[in-house]
Amino acid sequence: MSGGPWERFAAQFPELLDTLLLGVEMTVIVTFGGFVVAMVLGMAGALLRNARMVPIRMLGTLYVDVFRSVPVLTQLFIIYFGLAELGVKLDPIPAAIIGFGINGGAYLTEVFRAGIEAIHRGQNEAALAIGMTRAQALRVIVLPQAVRVVLPPLGNFAIGLLKDTSVASSVAAPELSFRAHMLVDQTYLSTQIYLTVAALYLAMSLPLAYGVRKLERRMARGRLA
Amino acid sequence: MPDDVGRRPLLRIVGLHKRFGTLEVLRGVDLQVLAGEKLSIIGPSGSGKTTLLRCINWLERPSDGEILIDDQPIGETRSGDRRVEMRDVELARMRARIGMVFQRFNLFPHLTALDNVAIGPIKVLRQPKQEARREARALLDKVGLAHKCDVYPDMLSGGQQQRVAIARALAMQPTLMLFDEATSALDPELVGEVLTVIRGLAAEGMTMIIVTHEMQFAEDISDRVIFMDHGQIVEQGPPHQIFRAPAETRTREFLRAVIDRQVYAAETA
Amino acid sequence: MTWTDFSEWLPQLLVAAGGTLKMSVLAFTLAVFAGLLIALARTSRRRAVSAVATCYVELIRGTPALTQLFLIYFGLASAGVILPAFTAAVVGLGLNYAAYMSEVYRAGIAAVHRGQREAALAIGMTNALAMRNIILPQAVRIVVPPMANYAVSLLKDTSVASLISAPELMLRARDLSSEYFMPMELYVLAGVMYLVMAYPLAKGARYLELRMGQGRIAS
Repeated sequence: MSGGPWERFAAQFPELLDTLLLGVEMTVIVTFGGFVVAMVLGMAGALLRNARMVPIRMLGTLYVDVFRSVPVLTQLFIIYFGLAELGVKLDPIPAAIIGFGINGGAYLTEVFRAGIEAIHRGQNEAALAIGMTRAQALRVIVLPQAVRVVLPPLGNFAIGLLKDTSVASSVAAPELSFRAHMLVDQTYLSTQIYLTVAALYLAMSLPLAYGVRKLERRMARGRLA
Repeated sequence: MPDDVGRRPLLRIVGLHKRFGTLEVLRGVDLQVLAGEKLSIIGPSGSGKTTLLRCINWLERPSDGEILIDDQPIGETRSGDRRVEMRDVELARMRARIGMVFQRFNLFPHLTALDNVAIGPIKVLRQPKQEARREARALLDKVGLAHKCDVYPDMLSGGQQQRVAIARALAMQPTLMLFDEATSALDPELVGEVLTVIRGLAAEGMTMIIVTHEMQFAEDISDRVIFMDHGQIVEQGPPHQIFRAPAETRTREFLRAVIDRQVYAAETA
Repeated sequence: MTWTDFSEWLPQLLVAAGGTLKMSVLAFTLAVFAGLLIALARTSRRRAVSAVATCYVELIRGTPALTQLFLIYFGLASAGVILPAFTAAVVGLGLNYAAYMSEVYRAGIAAVHRGQREAALAIGMTNALAMRNIILPQAVRIVVPPMANYAVSLLKDTSVASLISAPELMLRARDLSSEYFMPMELYVLAGVMYLVMAYPLAKGARYLELRMGQGRIAS
């Protein structure tokens, strides 16, 4: 091969991009999967933290405190390498989805809890006072308001998660960063390839960020008791 | 006017325009204020009187026109047709000579009353701290707040906060004082203490421009009253003329509405 | 895991945790200062300056820290600038967090009422004096709690530096794991060590949040 790195990069660009786009697909899958798991665990966690019984409440607190104090990379290694040692051999992609899901769930627990707390107690009482049942009050009065509080941080969480999935390359999940790593090993075009990768991440995160900002502005206008 | 012989204009405003987007708030204001003069500006809200005041110390950048303090242009200098914006430091030096009292006080909440007054001399005039604080104490004493030196603004009443704000402006030894509706944000029972302080300053011969809704006060204190409407000076003259025998219909209508309201407020109080 | 294993690992992991702390402190310091510069640049009256600063923030926040680390470590190396992994990690994470920090400063500055700046200008302060003496001292109270939260996540994110072989806790845990073939034990141990470092910091951040809540800020 001859020419400078940028010329080599230009010549190989179509193939490189094809491979990277395969990685993009996997990045989207891991992000989406992790997001869904985190949503479920976050709601469960928020319910635990609002439970009446103290031991259950402490369980919720423990979940949040532990998983928010340990790097997600460490959690991924425990799930992927650690569990394998005990005979539970997960594929990289499911391991990543579970890892990001559990980690994100701890974060979303706090988000959902804040959402519930942001609704003034008077709202619930006023709903009960006009004869609604507890379930009705929750569904018709409290939740619609809580959604407004929760949506912007949920959006920001999704952006953070998208970027964090790059760490899954370290457990050999074939997402964007992993593909990039392989290509760099083959071509030594580190600057060119990582810049392309950065551009691809931007192409995914900027529209999300734009959406969140719009949402934030809209929500700020919405009325909240 | 024979009694003006020898008195120089301290402030000269020529052809002042201010636009916010398409909205023209000031539409050609010309004004001269003599040293020692006490000028009140009255008019309905939205007439541009506050904007005029804020243009004088360049908190608002005029769209067109010229403002001269002691024959020195503020904000920008002209070379031919070009307007050159002043350097931050020069602008600050000019602002230091113009005291301003805001409607909402704007005291610095992280500083005690004493340091609110002393911070200008310390940071801008680079006076030694001891000296600046000593003078600040004297100024707080003058506005009747010597006992509140070490108190933070959030522990002061509105009237007390505004008196500290006046002391803060005086600490810079300004040649001109601007009062922007200094009593509008105050509870009625606190208005008097602030007006008393301003009256005291007037008696000492301070040059001042007062934007106010207190008509009685304006009549008592002013050498000259200006009525503004729709971004222009409609009428001006000595207070007895403006308040007792206004020449313009718009002035009459405004005064009647204000006085009706004040009488009504007094009766219902 | 036997007691012998444990007693062999622990000193090594503790030394590595020291590396994690050192990396966190250095990167955080860089982020605090660089972030302030970026925030001030964004308020600049010169369009070009504020545009560059805004672009920087958007680009950094839109891409993973890992990609940035790779660019600094491998990318610069291919251009002849060879940084030690630890330095690359400090610079990379510091500049990454600077972008987030600048947003915190910006929110803090915006939260100080406009009248404060005007009152400062009115007594003759320059913009710089007003920023330093009036606006920043008030913004600090707003800024400190979110900064403390960023310190916690920075501490955790230093683990990513292991992927460019910077000497810190996760790298050591990985090395030991490939030597002893006991990943579960080692990574859980590493996790506990992170917990011990991050949890008190997070509690401190929470405490600051509650205490700074009732500061003296004009609004």
